[in-house]
Amino acid sequence: MAGADSDDSLYPIAVLIDELRNEDVQLRLNSIKKLSTIALALGVERTRTELLPFLTDTIYDEDEVLLALAEQLGNFTMLVGGPEYVHCLLPPLESLATVEETVVRDKAVESLRKISHEHSPVDLEVHFEPLVKRLASGDWFTSRTSACGLFSVCYPRVSSTVKAEIRQHFRTLCSDDTPMVRRAAASKLGEFAKVLELEYVKSDIISLFTALASDEQDSVRLLAVEAGVSIATLLPQEDLEALVMPTLRQAAEDKSWRVRYMVADKFSDLQKAVGPEITKNDLVPAFQNLLKDCEAEVRAAAANKVKEFCENLPEDSRETIIMTHILPCVKELVSDTNQHVKSALASVIMGLSTILGKDNTIEHLLPLFLAQLKDECPEVRLNIISNLDCVNEVIGIRQLSQSLLPAIVELAEDAKWRVRLAIIEYMPLLAGQLGVEFFDEKLNSLCMAWLVDHVYAIREAATCNLMKLVEKFGAEWAQNTIVPKVLGMANDPNYLHRMTTLFCINALSEVCGQEITTKHMLPVVFKMSNDQVANVRFNVAKSLQKIGPVLDSNCLQTEVKPVLEKLASDQDIDVKYFAQEAISVLSLA
Amino acid sequence: TLTCQQVGYFSGRLQKFNTFSQMRVCVCLCTDVSAQEQPELFLKKLQQCCAVFDFMDTLSDLKMKEYKRSTLNELVDYVTVSRGYLTEQAYPEVVKMVSYNIFRTLPPSDSNEFDPEEDEPTLEASWPHLQLVYEFFIRFLESQEFQPSIAKKYIDQKFVLQLLELFDSEDPRERDYLKTVLHRIYGKFLGLRAFIRKQINNIFLRFVYETEHFNGVAELLEILGSIINGFALPLKAEHKQFLVKVLIPLHTVRSLSLFHAQLAYCIVQFLEKDPALTEPVIGGLLKFWPKTCSQKEVMFLGELEEILDVIEPTQFVKIQDPLFKQISKCVSSPHFQVAERALYYWNNEYIMSLIEENSNVILPIMFTSLYRISKEHWNPAIVALVYNVLKAFMEMNSTLFDELTSTYKSDRQREKKKEKEREELWKRLEDLELKRSLQSDGIIPT
Repeated sequence: MAGADSDDSLYPIAVLIDELRNEDVQLRLNSIKKLSTIALALGVERTRTELLPFLTDTIYDEDEVLLALAEQLGNFTMLVGGPEYVHCLLPPLESLATVEETVVRDKAVESLRKISHEHSPVDLEVHFEPLVKRLASGDWFTSRTSACGLFSVCYPRVSSTVKAEIRQHFRTLCSDDTPMVRRAAASKLGEFAKVLELEYVKSDIISLFTALASDEQDSVRLLAVEAGVSIATLLPQEDLEALVMPTLRQAAEDKSWRVRYMVADKFSDLQKAVGPEITKNDLVPAFQNLLKDCEAEVRAAAANKVKEFCENLPEDSRETIIMTHILPCVKELVSDTNQHVKSALASVIMGLSTILGKDNTIEHLLPLFLAQLKDECPEVRLNIISNLDCVNEVIGIRQLSQSLLPAIVELAEDAKWRVRLAIIEYMPLLAGQLGVEFFDEKLNSLCMAWLVDHVYAIREAATCNLMKLVEKFGAEWAQNTIVPKVLGMANDPNYLHRMTTLFCINALSEVCGQEITTKHMLPVVFKMSNDQVANVRFNVAKSLQKIGPVLDSNCLQTEVKPVLEKLASDQDIDVKYFAQEAISVLSLA
Repeated sequence: TLTCQQVGYFSGRLQKFNTFSQMRVCVCLCTDVSAQEQPELFLKKLQQCCAVFDFMDTLSDLKMKEYKRSTLNELVDYVTVSRGYLTEQAYPEVVKMVSYNIFRTLPPSDSNEFDPEEDEPTLEASWPHLQLVYEFFIRFLESQEFQPSIAKKYIDQKFVLQLLELFDSEDPRERDYLKTVLHRIYGKFLGLRAFIRKQINNIFLRFVYETEHFNGVAELLEILGSIINGFALPLKAEHKQFLVKVLIPLHTVRSLSLFHAQLAYCIVQFLEKDPALTEPVIGGLLKFWPKTCSQKEVMFLGELEEILDVIEPTQFVKIQDPLFKQISKCVSSPHFQVAERALYYWNNEYIMSLIEENSNVILPIMFTSLYRISKEHWNPAIVALVYNVLKAFMEMNSTLFDELTSTYKSDRQREKKKEKEREELWKRLEDLELKRSLQSDGIIPT
């Protein structure tokens, strides 16, 4: 410690505090971000007695600085002397937990939660819990909001008297006057329920849940839905019907679409929480209603859950329920008026085939897939195509190929380049499933057409696509089908297309192997080193660098080296640069 | 002024309605039945109008929709002319009919990220009926026979809460009607005033700290502007808290431009009531001063000028130091609109007189920035403006000006030296940290 003392004298607190008070916000912010360094310089004792009081009393600052401070203090335990002294950090964090700005407050609460675990049970009761109480009974809503997030971390480790107080405080906040606090309480209700003893879950939490779920503001009610899911997982099966289900049923039919949306969004969790029996009796009709909801937003959320819901249905009745209750609704959604609904459905509908098996898929699902493949909205078609693998496993993709092709062709020529990009990315997958003959016959020309697309991102993706195709179909296929076409573009009048040849060679040389590269590609690259456009020439240099490792050393020395040397004395500075780089990377100097 | 405009607007509409009613053939409320029968028929028609139609389906119930429209027109006509129609039984029926029609969960916005400045708002499909319901309700509230003492049983806190939620409507026509409705209710129901203010607070706080989305902020602020105007002096703590904790933070919202005029009006109203609030207001604006959005910065400067226009010299002295530090940053902004807006302060006679009185404080704060940009700013118009400001300062206080000019270089050097010292301090601190962590790794088990 002697060393530490002599260091302290070098850094009088005034100098350090001056840094924290600097007029320039940015400098102040930098200082606060290095608060741990300052604390280290001061040593643990002076950090406790001088630095923390200063931080508590005198900092009124911009939110950005306060945010950094709140974060720092969460990691300060060792700097104030370890868990024994961790409670020293509470006063500054308490005032940070009352400020207006949400991000600062949230960060202060996060730090408080973190250091709560470092308190001994005694310190928790003596220091931490009183702080929670003060916040919970604060005048302004901000402190009460912050309190909501702190109950669950101290509850498990305090005496039963204090526990009773904590429960009382939470109850009060659930019926707070301001909706902001009720929202905070509702969002922490599930978390709080998890740390409570089962008897109190039944006696306290249920009534709070019921009250919040019928709050006058829908912003509160919707948060109660999530809490309801957590609560349901805590209760024994026999209590669910009486204690939670009436409220959840009511939420599924709430007059506000936001609440119904929340129910739809949490439907799979809910299903798992309540178990198979309630699912069969209650959730199936509720789900049907959500799929038919008058608000598109709700239908889309429910449509997203169709596969998961069906998957998790009890096995004994799964098929019957799907065929008689769910599928009719799904059929209607296929021709929904809203494209978000259709596209949500298209992203999961293929998954049903694995659940329903071959015969049902062919009879009932296939017509729906085909209808969606012809949908006017590209996103819907794309979502179907992107999930072809599920259906391939069950019935084979051939069933679809008749309709697939026009859909793919149309997407391949869509006016929006992002749509084209998306379909390119599925090409290797489709090629694998459709087989090489089908591909050569129907899709190859599309893949080549993308190479001359007017958007660079498409040309780039098309290049990468070729490489993946060669990985699938092999070098021989490449030599016969795509390499001649790619090399043919080297004579294109448009220099962008000539460059595409080089990019393709970069991508293909490795998968095609030494022979094809040396025999077919290299001569073309050499020829292009005389191109009149400098961009082409320096890309030749880059290409040679890229394909060098594939070539044998003799070829490198006798053929590649002279070409690079010629380029290294090019008039264009970029060509020179890349040629020299290639020479040094390939160690040809 | 608002009322005058609306009266003109209403009477224009009224003529149109009368032509419609002449064409109708069913039993008409005003003309077809005797005076004794009218109140009963009025109730019946109110009940009929509780039926709500689906306007998303443009083909359904066309006849019924037309019938309801004409009935609503009749109701509007009926309440416009005072004739002893407002029996006590009518109040709950009126409120019921209005509630059935206007209270609804607003639909989700069509565009995912609705930007009121860029996108067209989604207009309310049921407007043909909704508009008439609002018209009817406003005339009901404004009628000479209207008695708040009876109505307060039905127009209660719950009613007001639902009304306030409707201010989020994307349809500006609806928000305009709501503004008038809420204004009338605030005027006539003294018992609801505190409640209304509190709920507006909650809406604003949610808007600022939770969602940043609420379509009716400008309308609510407009109503508040006239409410603040009517506050009694001295101001209650509640009102001051509203200013500092709600109105000032509203400046932080991204979509400030949509309601800034109304907000600045409210702020200035407060300061005219109580000049002692100047310090917290300006302090708050400086705290929330925009860092990256130049457009907002120009708005802040505009608002600040409005405040300075009404500031008392004693208050000005209290805030001049932090204020001019900010202004000095603004005049040297590379965004010329910001710099220009700040430099325009020197064209304001009242502000000039305040600066002149306090030139010994303000000149040293401003001098460095002005001197530097007079040499460096890219925009010639800004440089010209800066020369004028420098000239004005020179005339105000030539001794101080000369002194600052002569010490400019040494001051810069001193600053540079200080900066270097800071860097060295931090370097030493970091070395120390490194040393300590090596030490603790080696010695102290963690």
